[in-house]
Amino acid sequence: MALLSKKDAALLTDPLTDNNPITVQVLGICSALAITAELKASIVMAISVMAVLGVGNVVISLLRNIIPSKIRIIVQLVIVAALVIIVDLILKAFSYELSKTLSVFVGLIITNCIIMGRFEAFALGNGPWKSFLDGLGNSAGYGIILIIVGFFRELLGSGTLLGFKVLGDPIEKTGLYAFGYENNGFMLLSPMALIVVGIIIWVQRSKNKTLIEEN
Amino acid sequence: MSKRTDSNAYTIIFAMIMVVVVGSLLAFFSSFLKPNIDENKRVEKQQNILYAMGINDNDESNANFISSSFAGQEFSKFVKEQLVLEVTDEKVTKLQTREEYMDTNNGQEPYLIDVKQQQNHAKEGKARKLPLFVGEKEGKTFYVAPIYGKGLWDAIWGYVSLDENMVIQGAYFDHKGETPGLGANIKQRYFMDDFIGEYLLTDEGDFKGVTVAKGNNDPKNERKTDYKVDAIAGATITGDGVTAMIKSDLQLYVPYFKSLKN
Repeated sequence: MALLSKKDAALLTDPLTDNNPITVQVLGICSALAITAELKASIVMAISVMAVLGVGNVVISLLRNIIPSKIRIIVQLVIVAALVIIVDLILKAFSYELSKTLSVFVGLIITNCIIMGRFEAFALGNGPWKSFLDGLGNSAGYGIILIIVGFFRELLGSGTLLGFKVLGDPIEKTGLYAFGYENNGFMLLSPMALIVVGIIIWVQRSKNKTLIEEN
Repeated sequence: MSKRTDSNAYTIIFAMIMVVVVGSLLAFFSSFLKPNIDENKRVEKQQNILYAMGINDNDESNANFISSSFAGQEFSKFVKEQLVLEVTDEKVTKLQTREEYMDTNNGQEPYLIDVKQQQNHAKEGKARKLPLFVGEKEGKTFYVAPIYGKGLWDAIWGYVSLDENMVIQGAYFDHKGETPGLGANIKQRYFMDDFIGEYLLTDEGDFKGVTVAKGNNDPKNERKTDYKVDAIAGATITGDGVTAMIKSDLQLYVPYFKSLKN
């Protein structure tokens, strides 16, 4: 017997491609702009969002029958903010170095619209197990785009990947730089994140025409 | 269809219970973990000061502190004195040693002085306490001063170690929430190391500071007396913040360094 039923597996895999939170649902764009200037930050953010969305989706799903519909958005916000702050405090106390790496992301995670979006669209109407899978799937879909954007922005903008000088040293003029190659500083600025996301959307839609909306 | 959860009374009661539960959870975690967090912050300050003195675990390209388990031991070994100065009208009007300061301040170590709080004191017209850590390594004396300012999003701060002539011997910068990959790179070695050897004073002894400059056209930072280091692309405001905090905070120490010469 398969570990997951077909429906459950689809919850995990759909957001990676045809229902990607960034390129199809167009959620979480702001954080995709903010932290993709280097690959490491993208990976850290992807993992953090996966943890928060996985747990948050389960909590919301467990509470879905008692949350008053009139104030559900506020309730979701309070729950995710409390979760993130508690985790941050625990990290500060027991893993200070890691918490310093993550501290910048705390605010970005709380206000990430993917998290609110999945709570609202999925966890409020489904059981905890399905919600957990949906959380993992969506954060993975989000993470993949983040990592792709981070990869290109760091490579073309700084000539490094995860801090390693893969294209040579721009100051000593070694590697590619010996042939007159220059880093493109514009890649480091947020407009280029939007343009890279745009290119990904373009590639994805030209491969899968059903994603193109009719006007 | 009317559900039980739609009524106003239910909504209000739910909101109240949620606030109480979440509020007490956060308060519990915050106060329960506070001793650990404060201890971590204390050790970090020691690591920062040692880093500025060049006592660190740096590898080829990354900035690493010495391990937190050795920080206390190394700190008492290398930091010989912690002075607390007060400066008015470009004169050192008060100079306390570590013991003197601790006697009058409930045993608080001078390196725990909150620089931001002291800046606020100065704004209110009260005396600002200036901590200065005197360290010795391999026969050389280092004077480490803390600085504090604001970047693009939030606070930035640092520790700068100087020699008797106010030439920078090492610098450590940190930030609360600068953009990862851009402003956050002020704590990368390629930025911090540029400050080493930079002069703060002109030949006449006037304070010029070090400007984080765009288009400096000196990527290897070979010119040490141009009062400039290369800026980080895409981090203009954070760089300006670094320039400003060096100018405003290190300038206050000039009278002390002048008094060393006389």
